[in-house]
Amino acid sequence: MPEDIKNEDEILGKAYDSKLMKRLLGYVKPYKKYVVFAILLNTLVSALGPVRPYLTKLAVDEHIVNKNYNGLAEVALLLLASLVLQALIQYFLTYFTQYLGQITILDLRVQLFAHTQKLAAKFFDKTPIGRTVTRVTNDIESLSELFSSGIVMVFSDIFIILWILGFMFFLDWRLSLVTLSVMPFLIYGTSLFRKKVRENYRDVRKHLARLNSYMQEHISGINVVQIFNKEDVELKNFAGVNEDYKKVNIQSIFYYAIFYPTVEFLSAIATGLIIWYGGGEILHHTLSIGVLFAFIQYTEMFFRPIRDLSEKYNIMQTAMASSERVFKLLDDKTFIYDPANPIPLNNVKGKIEFNNVSFAYNEPEYVLKNISFKINPGETVAIVGATGAGKTSIINLFTRFYDINKGKILLDNIDIREIQKEELRKYVSIVLQDVFLFTGTIKSNINLGNSDISDAKIVEAAKLVGADKFISELTKGYDEEVKERGSTLSVGQKQLISFARAIAYDPRILILDEATSSIDTETEILIQKAIEKLLVGRTAIVIAHRLSTIQNADKIIVLHKGEIKEMGKHQELLAQRGIYYKLYQLQYKNQEMSKKK
Amino acid sequence: MTNLLKLKKYFARNKKMLLWGFLFTLISNAGTVYLPLVLKNAINKLQVDATPHQLVIYCIEIILASLVAGVFRFLIRQTIIVVSRYIEYDLRQDFWAHIQKLPMRYFQNTTTGNLMSHATNDINAVRNFIGPAVMYSVDTFIRLIIIIGIMISLSPQLTFYTLIPLPFLSYAVYKIGQHIHLKYVAIQEKFSEMTTRAQENYSGIRVIKSYVREEYENEEFNKLSHEYLEKNMDMVKSQALIMPMLFLLTGLSTILVMWLGGIKVIQGQLSLGVITAFIIYLGLLIWPIIAFGWVMNIIQQAEASMKRLNKIFNEKYEISDNENTDKTIKDIKGDIEFKNVSFRYSDDLPYILKDINLKIESGSTVAIMGYTGSGKTSFINLIPRLYDVTGGELLIDGTNIKNIPLSVLRKNTGLVQQESFLFSDSILNNLSYGLPAPDLEKIKKVSDISQFSKDINDFPEGYETLVGERGITLSGGQKQRASISRALAIDPAILILDDSFSAVDTHTEEEILKRLKVFMQNRTSILISHRISTVKDADKIIILDNGIIAEEGTHEELVALNGIYADLYYKQLLEKELEELN
Repeated sequence: MPEDIKNEDEILGKAYDSKLMKRLLGYVKPYKKYVVFAILLNTLVSALGPVRPYLTKLAVDEHIVNKNYNGLAEVALLLLASLVLQALIQYFLTYFTQYLGQITILDLRVQLFAHTQKLAAKFFDKTPIGRTVTRVTNDIESLSELFSSGIVMVFSDIFIILWILGFMFFLDWRLSLVTLSVMPFLIYGTSLFRKKVRENYRDVRKHLARLNSYMQEHISGINVVQIFNKEDVELKNFAGVNEDYKKVNIQSIFYYAIFYPTVEFLSAIATGLIIWYGGGEILHHTLSIGVLFAFIQYTEMFFRPIRDLSEKYNIMQTAMASSERVFKLLDDKTFIYDPANPIPLNNVKGKIEFNNVSFAYNEPEYVLKNISFKINPGETVAIVGATGAGKTSIINLFTRFYDINKGKILLDNIDIREIQKEELRKYVSIVLQDVFLFTGTIKSNINLGNSDISDAKIVEAAKLVGADKFISELTKGYDEEVKERGSTLSVGQKQLISFARAIAYDPRILILDEATSSIDTETEILIQKAIEKLLVGRTAIVIAHRLSTIQNADKIIVLHKGEIKEMGKHQELLAQRGIYYKLYQLQYKNQEMSKKK
Repeated sequence: MTNLLKLKKYFARNKKMLLWGFLFTLISNAGTVYLPLVLKNAINKLQVDATPHQLVIYCIEIILASLVAGVFRFLIRQTIIVVSRYIEYDLRQDFWAHIQKLPMRYFQNTTTGNLMSHATNDINAVRNFIGPAVMYSVDTFIRLIIIIGIMISLSPQLTFYTLIPLPFLSYAVYKIGQHIHLKYVAIQEKFSEMTTRAQENYSGIRVIKSYVREEYENEEFNKLSHEYLEKNMDMVKSQALIMPMLFLLTGLSTILVMWLGGIKVIQGQLSLGVITAFIIYLGLLIWPIIAFGWVMNIIQQAEASMKRLNKIFNEKYEISDNENTDKTIKDIKGDIEFKNVSFRYSDDLPYILKDINLKIESGSTVAIMGYTGSGKTSFINLIPRLYDVTGGELLIDGTNIKNIPLSVLRKNTGLVQQESFLFSDSILNNLSYGLPAPDLEKIKKVSDISQFSKDINDFPEGYETLVGERGITLSGGQKQRASISRALAIDPAILILDDSFSAVDTHTEEEILKRLKVFMQNRTSILISHRISTVKDADKIIILDNGIIAEEGTHEELVALNGIYADLYYKQLLEKELEELN
């Protein structure tokens, strides 16, 4: 993730981008009613604040001056009523706008996640997982404020200003103009401040990102730092980065230190002007003391929303930058496309044919060249070869994790590109050598959350592969918790679980990448038996590391540097004294010896 | 508060500036509270016999009072808040100095992310306490005292009524704040659950795709997103209370002033100006009182963060110089001796190395082979003391390495680790990492030995080319050769290569080995490798198996022994034959 901070996240885009904004607003559309409702509430609630100085004006001019106790009490009650009403509305308004923000980002998040589920393996090859995770989590998160306070609250601030202006001009337009004479300074000051703070904010982010990536990098490389005895030098380097960060922060303190007092000062000037000009009018009896009273309160009220508007600006800025990244991912179309008119699969027999298949992850580096072979329904084919021969690529192709560059792959004589991916995959299970277990339970790892697979079926599958024994010995049996990546289970146990998973899904075709890692003999025997069970009655492609698997295979394909060099049965191939013979001595002979022991 | 006491020394360093800050707070508040008094006088005067001249004076007084308040408010931020950044700097600097010296063992058990979160979130929480929290508490305290004093002098009775709601307000902010914090923690937990879910999903995407579980995953994620929304709304329920509650309680005070004060005005006991002053004073008190509740929460969070930081600060260095260190040792010749050495990563883990006895003479080359997990890397990590032996003794030039100054030991040991780590910096700076300053001549020389110079010349900016995200991405083999150059550059007395040719092709490897032989003439070399070709010319080959030395001898001796080494040898011959087939 911090790598992220370094590049994409350091860019701080425009604060307002109409294209992005339009797209973002599209997500609010389904909740248009909420927005309208919130804005209506806003118009109402924003009047309740400004009405109070007006009420106090009434209290002073009508009741205090006329010594009317009841009138004064009435006004006090009115003030209380407006206050309570405002508090209530404000509460619901906040709740509503927050809900609006939350529900909108939920939609966006779910959409983005669903989008990533459709992305092809190629996407995941080239994109660090952390980056995709950040998009789905943090980046979306920083949009919530935009949708909640951003959109609705901007209205609120504007309404408050309008209401105050309305009351002021209604009371005395000349005094209003005098009071507002400081406004140009305020607006100019605010926009200057906004500009400065924005530049500074960018610097702060930049230096924070540097600080973080420095730490991230040097914690990862702490061994190098220590081995080369560079702690003191690195401490100095760190001081440089740390110092820069401090400086931009102190710069930011400076701007705020100037801005807030300036706003207060301007408001005091306005107050002073009210006393001077309004006082003069009072002396001429053209103004009542109550109006003066109200104006002093309005000045106080007026400045806050203007000040807050600059804060909203920051929210917008962050949101724009995040939304740009989010949309970029959403627009990524690294898909393996389904055919427009897929051929439905019925009664799959499981005949597989590779017809002059060539494949490259990056053209023109072909990892598979002109591969052709046939597997009849129910047969097992073992693929052997040295590391890098292209074995793993073959299994990636059959389920269309990647599409081939040349040739054809046929299932029951249908080109697999004519079949819908999902349908194809329903008939094929892949058991990878590196078993991936999810956080959850043993059960959920066998059925992968598929409720169509009953508990009985899960147990049956586990029994068949011999996993039932160790599972039932766990305290909670099939409901035993599986921690992250199955850290509490042994390698062998994890494999058995993945076998059970494959059996439970009962595929027509099984693709198995046998694990090479050494396990104890007892587990080894279990696994060998399990594999035999797995293969019964299915068409299977096995990347074989076990002698027993190879010996039982109907056909062995020897891959060498992306090409099929030899094909046949174990004894035939041995007799050829070619590549297979050497591979046998290298990889499998020991197994035979240990078996004899 | 006990954990935050650790900050005392940092405050002490900035005592002067802080004291100025407190003084400025006093002056600024004097200006602030003077303004309503002027207003009071003005309004009272207006009702009787004000002159235009007087009005101008009032107006100027207001502006001046506010100017004083403003200038000093500026200075408060420039002192107290700035100090908080100074302290943050110092704290982070100390944190880093400490982290760097922690032993490898610590980093093995702590994730980078975890440490990063301490360095960012926790230090930030502490800074929030030092800056805003200190500033607002001092400010609040001073302001509260002065204003209440003035209010009482104006009207004790009215003061009493108006202040009634304020303690409730402060308490409410504190309580709700606490409540919100709890909810916030729950939100964070859900958020991290969601992150983990996404992380796992993407890691296991192939499984999900092959079993066509995308829909299910979508549903699960959808469910989680909804739960997250609920947690958020749960917090909003309390959070949304804050603002309404604030102006309800403060508004209540104002109404009381209007009403009760108004009655008194009618009765002639109070002037209208006093009411004005009261209303403005209330406005001035609201924020500090709210801040008070808020500050309490900041302090609590800072305390918790400081506790976590202190825990790291209390981690022991384990491996460092001590009173037994022989400071007279300035150099190393390179005789290494393992005497009954055993090692394990911690007391509850099994031994990785058992009773190792081995002498490596200065100038000789020793190769170590063995299956994965046989203890090879642990073995060589002991030499530059990345870990200390847990049993027996490791001697260099006849001295226990625990008594050799750590810097002398490491300056003379060139260790090339299995995982090549390079910094995002220029090639030159990376390769000069162990030198006091970048030295192009030297780097060119060692890069010739490591056969890296040819690659470098092909890079866009030669030795100045940046490595990493902003520059070029090196291949595994290039990284390994870069690491070798970096280790050679320090002129080590002992060179250790931990499987450093695994991504280098055999031809290049031979070239490197040929040149290394000359370079290493008077130095000690230790090589770990899986390849027979790398080790066969070593003076001595050692086979580690399950933490013990299983075989020891020259290539010929070991082949003749017909054990593990011979088995590896024959297999690699076969592999080579296969490789050459076309």
